[in-house]
Amino acid sequence: MTTVLTPVTAPVARARPALVLAWVGLGLLALAAAWPALLATAAPDTVDPASALAPISPHHPFGTDQLGRDVYSRVVYGTRMSLLIGLGATTLAVTVGALLGVLAAAAGRAVDELFMRITDILLAFPGLLLALLVIAVLGPGAVNTTIALACAAVPGYVRLARGQALVVRRSGYVSAAVVMGRSRVGIFFGHVLPNALPPVLAFAAVDVGTALMASASLSFLGLGAQPPAPEWGSMLAEGRDYLDSAWGLTVFPGLVVTAAVIACYVVGADLRARFEGRGTGGR
Amino acid sequence: MSPALRWLARKLALAVLVVLGAATVAFAALHLAPGDPVRAVIGTLAPSDDLVAQVRADLDLDKPLATQYAHMLGGLARGDLGESYQLRRPVVEVIVADLGWTVQLAVASLLLALVVSTALAVATAGRRPTLRRVSILLELVTASSPTFWVGTILLAVLSFQLHLFPAAGAGGLEGLVLPAVTQAIGLVGIFTQVLRQSMEQALDEPFALSARARGTTETALRLRHAARHALIPVLTLSGWILGALLSGAVVVETLFSRPGLGRTLVTAILGRDLPVVIGVVVVAAALFTVINLVVDLLYRVVDPRLREWAA
Amino acid sequence: MDDEVVSVAGLHVTYRVGRAEVFAVRGVDFHLRAGECLAIVGESGSGKSTVARALVGLTGPGARLRSDRLVVSGQELSRLGDREWRRIRGAQVGLVLQDALTALDPLRTVGAEVAEAARNHGLVRRGEVARRVHRLLTDVQVPQPELRARQYPQQLSGGLRQRALIAAAMAADPPVLVADEPTTALDVTLQAKLLDLLAARKAAGTAVLLISHDLSVVALLADRVAVMRDGEFVETGCTADVLRAPEHPYTRQLLAATPSAHARGARLAGPRSTPARTRTPRPSGVLARVREVSKTFRGPGGARLAAVSEVSFSLSAGEILGVVGESGSGKSTLAHLLLGLLEPDTGTIELFGQPWSGVPEARRQRGRVQWVQQDPLGSFDPRYRVGRLIAEAGVDRARVRELLDQVGLDPAMADRHPRTLSGGQRQRVAIARALARDPEVIVCDEPVSALDVSVQAQILDLFADIRADLGTALVLISHDLAVVHHVADRVLVMRAGTVVESGPVTEVFARPTHPYTAQLIAALPRPGDAYAAHPEGVA
Repeated sequence: MTTVLTPVTAPVARARPALVLAWVGLGLLALAAAWPALLATAAPDTVDPASALAPISPHHPFGTDQLGRDVYSRVVYGTRMSLLIGLGATTLAVTVGALLGVLAAAAGRAVDELFMRITDILLAFPGLLLALLVIAVLGPGAVNTTIALACAAVPGYVRLARGQALVVRRSGYVSAAVVMGRSRVGIFFGHVLPNALPPVLAFAAVDVGTALMASASLSFLGLGAQPPAPEWGSMLAEGRDYLDSAWGLTVFPGLVVTAAVIACYVVGADLRARFEGRGTGGR
Repeated sequence: MSPALRWLARKLALAVLVVLGAATVAFAALHLAPGDPVRAVIGTLAPSDDLVAQVRADLDLDKPLATQYAHMLGGLARGDLGESYQLRRPVVEVIVADLGWTVQLAVASLLLALVVSTALAVATAGRRPTLRRVSILLELVTASSPTFWVGTILLAVLSFQLHLFPAAGAGGLEGLVLPAVTQAIGLVGIFTQVLRQSMEQALDEPFALSARARGTTETALRLRHAARHALIPVLTLSGWILGALLSGAVVVETLFSRPGLGRTLVTAILGRDLPVVIGVVVVAAALFTVINLVVDLLYRVVDPRLREWAA
Repeated sequence: MDDEVVSVAGLHVTYRVGRAEVFAVRGVDFHLRAGECLAIVGESGSGKSTVARALVGLTGPGARLRSDRLVVSGQELSRLGDREWRRIRGAQVGLVLQDALTALDPLRTVGAEVAEAARNHGLVRRGEVARRVHRLLTDVQVPQPELRARQYPQQLSGGLRQRALIAAAMAADPPVLVADEPTTALDVTLQAKLLDLLAARKAAGTAVLLISHDLSVVALLADRVAVMRDGEFVETGCTADVLRAPEHPYTRQLLAATPSAHARGARLAGPRSTPARTRTPRPSGVLARVREVSKTFRGPGGARLAAVSEVSFSLSAGEILGVVGESGSGKSTLAHLLLGLLEPDTGTIELFGQPWSGVPEARRQRGRVQWVQQDPLGSFDPRYRVGRLIAEAGVDRARVRELLDQVGLDPAMADRHPRTLSGGQRQRVAIARALARDPEVIVCDEPVSALDVSVQAQILDLFADIRADLGTALVLISHDLAVVHHVADRVLVMRAGTVVESGPVTEVFARPTHPYTAQLIAALPRPGDAYAAHPEGVA
């Protein structure tokens, strides 16, 4: 799936073992991104034409690519780039989106109306199309991919944050706080913000996975991170030409992307289930 | 004017606004962007200044931006989207040729995904715990696998190894199978999750208890009562679905070397073919608003609670 | 006996919760004859609904059913498979649930829902469905049956919807009708009409099993009554006997807790447990003056809806003012206006001798008028614990403990989360919070309507104590005439946004001048009138 935003409340299996596994997976990814040398068996760019397209072996757990580089180590080193794009895009989108959304909810009718009309129009576009448009303007590359994916996701977050903030603002406990004489500012920081944000953040956790997938797709199209830097999507694109002779080149990076996305989904779905109904004050 | 007509007029006005906005944003973004489309069009490394100036004049890029914008709007009103820099053909012609392919792919994968996920959801909603668990796991995996990776693996196994389907091109039904399956796989995961969740919710409502207490069978309950309730969230997702189909087309068409809007868009972006990019954006926006309108109408067919035509 | 259509003995139902087995029903026996009504009365969690569902084999997944005898129309049901159960459901036993808005499928027409049981059991041919639906809807006195059958449940009023639900349950002419809280979602005037309808079914020979929490409803319909608590029948007998001379202490407690005409002002939940406090001296006089206040909302489609129009009244220090009306009468809007959460379109509100409406927020003395809402949990920030909830009113920890003690809660509860408390405890926390800054007025909007009758009794007693101890004036908004009659000094009767009648409670109830008030009072079921009041009733 190459969508930038999943509006689905992914009712993923919330089984305990799956959750533990997902957290362990995210931990491993974080480790690979921070200190790749700890997990890798070779440098990601050591070219060795003699052992090009080698099959799976204890020495090369995922085999080697057309230049003899160790695929496993490239996957490990690629984590940083992929994760940075996914996390960066989502963080950017959440920050801007939540800020605008909560402001729209708190501001007067006119501002709110204006914001919502604009997001209506932006939301009428598929996320990837928006991202492609941004890339068409800025040009390909890792940083531009991050910005493009963030831009594509912002309207969704504006909507979500505004909706959550409105639910809280109309809740019985905010009215109760008014009657108790708390100030507008006090209510905003004491009730609206802390109750409206967690569901948005839980959504963002899911979205990191979606952004990971989208960025891999963009690299695959040649519009994302550019080779030779190791990145999951571009590795997959390169491996496609050698499907006959060395399937490991394609299969393993893809498996890692899938696993990373699943981990984000499972953790995000769990967070969301925890916050569900809390912001609304329901039972 | 009747409320229904007024509603329709409002929606149509909004649709025109969306298309206009899309065209404006795309125009502004692309023409203000760094990088010279003229050099991209010529392609050679060091074109002579004369050549650059001539091509620039050919493409109308030497006129002031406001004139170019007015020109584009005028064209838009006549249904003219300009001429492609790269293909030297009218953009409308390019898009019309592509649209059929993309729609064919989208419809095929949508139908496939809907049929498979409805069957899965009806079979597993609130019953058959083991099958339900397996299904949930599969949905998670398919929803989390990048489309291009799934497609690549299908290609490797079914085309290269087993020679069941052609690896590239669009020839006939055979050429449609792999791309459509690839697209559908991602959708099935999400659809089934949504359908099952809403179906389970509906089966938990008091009206389901009422129906059971009237002697209604489980399957009849699912088909007569729960299925309609399950359809509503799928309609809500329609915007997202359309996005997924269009985004998916970009990847799938490139992967399977199929003609279509998505592939044309990627090529145009890489070649800075501005009229084509703007054209695709405008057509996508129009498609989107039209489909949203249809979905709004469908909502009212499925859910009588919405038949009040309030905006 | 021959005419026994239902005969149940030794019915046990258990649910598996985690590894433990929890009893919902333990050893219940009853029988039901044609044309007879048995009522099972109990508070929430007593297991009464489980008994109702056991008769249609729909106790839900995870439930285990055991019985010595479970016979309906001569057929033993306890060992039936799902296929055989389906032949019973609808054909032998019809089920009516509480709220027709959710108990009828909102996406199907009323006609389709009404016809479903008859179609399931092959009782009608395709061409005859419309005629059958017409007859069924006419039987339950739904006017314009052809039109109604084509409409969707949400297009019908609450009363008509509930009738359609009964028609749907009767579609296959079952000899037994199980009605689980059939009138709870209805306003009092509609409730009386629906009970008449059930009485007509009974007279036509249907055996009715009525499940209710409300003794006064039971008194109007049931021949026999079974009082249920913790999965057991603590007392069964002829309705008149049980209500007049209850034997079991729990039955007596339930009856005493029900506000009735004879027990006005008496304690409902037994003698006071907390010591009375010395009364804070308060200035007397008028606290609030509401002058010709109107508030209009814009509905969907631009229609204007007058929620409150030209309402005037005043509130004196230390008085309890009851506001009575059915749903949609504008009671809650009035509460929001009094609390300064809404501004009136026209008219003025004066509090404590100063203007209250139309002044900037900073000029309002918020601490002097406080609020208790219907749903306490919704009025609590979901992140807060009890202590912090009360402290938000601007008081310290010592005062929080004092307040908890004052409303009859353990001060150690300050560290608990409201979600872990019972409904009654939550409402006490809400009251403690309202009392925090020692207000002169507390607006209570349906404060007891979500509570069981014995818990309602405790909260109403607490209100009386607060007024006696602190001299706080209360505005008590309720749909329940009996509640207002019991505690209020004066009453406003609201209908469609206007006050149709006001005055001292005793006077209004004895000599209503407006026909609507008279109608409300006439529709009020009163076990105390039908059967002499219970011993402790008159203090």
